[in-house]
Amino acid sequence: MTEPASIEPESIEPESVEPGWEPDPADFDDPASNAEVLEAGSALEVDPEPAGEPFAPEPASVVPPAGPDAAEPPTLAPTAGLDAGLERTRGGFMARLRGFLGGVEAGGPSWDDVEETLIAGDVGAALAIDLVERARARRDPGGPEAAIRAELAALLVPRDAAWTPRPATGDGPAVVLVVGVNGTGKTTTIGKLASRYAAEGRSVILAAADTFRAAAIEQLRIWADRSGVPVVAHAPGADPGAVVYDALDAAVARHADLVIADTAGRLHTRSNLMDELAKIRRIVDKRLAGAKPEILFVLDATTGQNGLAQAKAFHEAVGLTGIVLTKLDSSAKGGIVFAIEDALKVPVRFVGVGEGVADLIPFDPEAFVAALFA
Amino acid sequence: MFDTLSDRLRKTLGNLTGRGRISEADIDAAMREVRLALLEADVNFKVVKEFIARVRERAIGHEVLASLSAGQQVVKIVNDELVDLLSAGDRTFHLSGNPAVVVLVGLQGSGKTTSTAKLAHHVVKLGRRPLLVAADPYRPAAADQLQTLGRSLDIPVYRAPAGTSVVEIARGGVEAAKRQVRDVVILDTAGRLSIDEELMAEIAAVHAAVKPVETLLVVDAMTGQEAVSVAQAFAAAVPVTGLILTKIDGDARGGAALSISAVTGVPVKFLGTGEKTDALELFHPDRLAGRILGMGDILTLVERAQEVVDQTQAARLEEKLRKASFTLDDMLESMQQMQKMGPLGQVMSMIAGMGNLAGEAQAAVDRGDLKRTEAIIRAMTMTERRDPNVLNASRRRRIAAGSGTSLPDINRLVKQFGEMQKLMKQLSGGGKRAALGALTGRR
Repeated sequence: MTEPASIEPESIEPESVEPGWEPDPADFDDPASNAEVLEAGSALEVDPEPAGEPFAPEPASVVPPAGPDAAEPPTLAPTAGLDAGLERTRGGFMARLRGFLGGVEAGGPSWDDVEETLIAGDVGAALAIDLVERARARRDPGGPEAAIRAELAALLVPRDAAWTPRPATGDGPAVVLVVGVNGTGKTTTIGKLASRYAAEGRSVILAAADTFRAAAIEQLRIWADRSGVPVVAHAPGADPGAVVYDALDAAVARHADLVIADTAGRLHTRSNLMDELAKIRRIVDKRLAGAKPEILFVLDATTGQNGLAQAKAFHEAVGLTGIVLTKLDSSAKGGIVFAIEDALKVPVRFVGVGEGVADLIPFDPEAFVAALFA
Repeated sequence: MFDTLSDRLRKTLGNLTGRGRISEADIDAAMREVRLALLEADVNFKVVKEFIARVRERAIGHEVLASLSAGQQVVKIVNDELVDLLSAGDRTFHLSGNPAVVVLVGLQGSGKTTSTAKLAHHVVKLGRRPLLVAADPYRPAAADQLQTLGRSLDIPVYRAPAGTSVVEIARGGVEAAKRQVRDVVILDTAGRLSIDEELMAEIAAVHAAVKPVETLLVVDAMTGQEAVSVAQAFAAAVPVTGLILTKIDGDARGGAALSISAVTGVPVKFLGTGEKTDALELFHPDRLAGRILGMGDILTLVERAQEVVDQTQAARLEEKLRKASFTLDDMLESMQQMQKMGPLGQVMSMIAGMGNLAGEAQAAVDRGDLKRTEAIIRAMTMTERRDPNVLNASRRRRIAAGSGTSLPDINRLVKQFGEMQKLMKQLSGGGKRAALGALTGRR
């Protein structure tokens, strides 16, 4: 990103008002414009021509990341907590389900209504029918609610609550590759992950490997600035594999312990783009043999049944190790997660509950199922 | 597009078509399949319920049972009901007013910014002069994204400094359009949750300030059951005039958008069919219903072909076909024309009975088979292109080296060409499946 200016001659800017923090690439490359905040995001600018050369940071370019003070302080108190976030999400859905379940006991609405409510929560028709059947067979002394709850919980895989990305080998950085279809919130999630791990005192480097979408690199830089972590970026249109490779080199050179790579959104049906993703993964495996990268699949909670096809295709291409369920602060239910965890045995690690830097909270399966019935 | 739903219904209704008379039990079984398919396609469960009830009522009545071609009538009923479901409202894209103001709204990540650029491209094709307005001050670099897209289309983008209120940005954009003699203004607004009262009030204020002639809700084709309540919330805040259904080039069946139309009466106006700025299509309910039922979408195919295929070239090809003087050069030319029509899978999914081939064809394109074929043909001499019979082992080795391919690649292409010459003659006789297979290097 070394273009002199992003404003086209024909673009119109009201003359009367001064540009502020406006994410103009020109600002980023002008250290004088807003150095304190922007340094971090542009510190690890890498030559757009990788030419297979290992990344060698010039002394001047290794600027210590701006501290949390320089940007928005990355406090880890989510603007909406799990309960609050899920309550909003689940309110209508589970209140209705609860009503139906209570009603079943009282001889009210039928199991068909219960099934319908699960379907309305994007659990999926086939799975909902199956769940109700199994819940009925259970003859749970706790009643239908307990039976459905147990069946839902049984679909989720066990997971370690203390999970955090760690390198498989002794030294070298842990690597997280963030993947998903277009518009699920990958870049936003990375901004939040960077903030979380930076606040834990880990040295994080971001790789701007979405070189396709217009301004994706700028978007990632702005998020990086908020938590004061450096970004490795090439020019738009560059080979994403080369970006990741350079980020890994930079991480090794600087003894960083976590690299989080953004990737371009891609529809899971485009085999050439899925191959590109597999290639990026191979680059990680090659550069850091035995590193076993975490592959986080970002899923929009408003997604319907297509979510399962997405997850399967990405799993097949790169081998998913975790899921981030975003936009759970919306009115959507995210019920497709049950089918995905059941099919792939890949756990949801985090849920996104807002647009703030701290609005990413660990996924707790018990709380998740319990919140369904709250 | 929608092919899995097509497959399901084809299978169910195919059974019905195979027999002359059907019982109520047959219809029940078929309706169960249709219900499941529609639900798995993310059609809202309430819409599904009504849909099934209507189809069942019409199918069980004497209309079907008294008829000899019962199966075909059920297909027709399902088709008619689907068309009804998809036909709600006025689908015209209005551009009255000077400037005509168009506002795009929707959830985060539904594809508003990309759709803004695509719509601008469409508006230019209509002979208008659009100005894009970056009215999303919240998402980092959203304005940069729009500006980059605007630059690629050579369309100006209005952006205001940080701190400007969204209503002021919108007003400023319209004023700028008047000064610049731009006759269409397209506002890209921030993604917002339908339950975020503050931001929903903001979009209502923007609407009041600029009085758009079109307020388009951008909906991701992958959206689940919640699509209806999202659409209802947006429609309650602003008078939504249409939908843009995005990411329809994936394998999502997009049923949610169908239910939005059914429940809110808001018509689908455009489909987003790819990542490039020209990947925007007008929406036609009858075509889409036909496609859902696997009856093909020849009209769209023809329309798109007319747009991109050089008519004189096409005529020349036809002539050559008749005279059986079809050469490797012609094969390359026809392949290039097909590529211009857009992703091959999309073209093929529009042809009845080709739904299942479409995915494979797209995969072939993605794998670079067409590029390889082009490289091979370009590495041949004129004589070789005219008559592949001269290709002996030594010539084939030279071509393989020259095109960066291998001997088996050359052999396969030559064989394909032979088959294609044969198949092209049958094309008018309905051998298009095999012909397209040969074209894409897959059989």
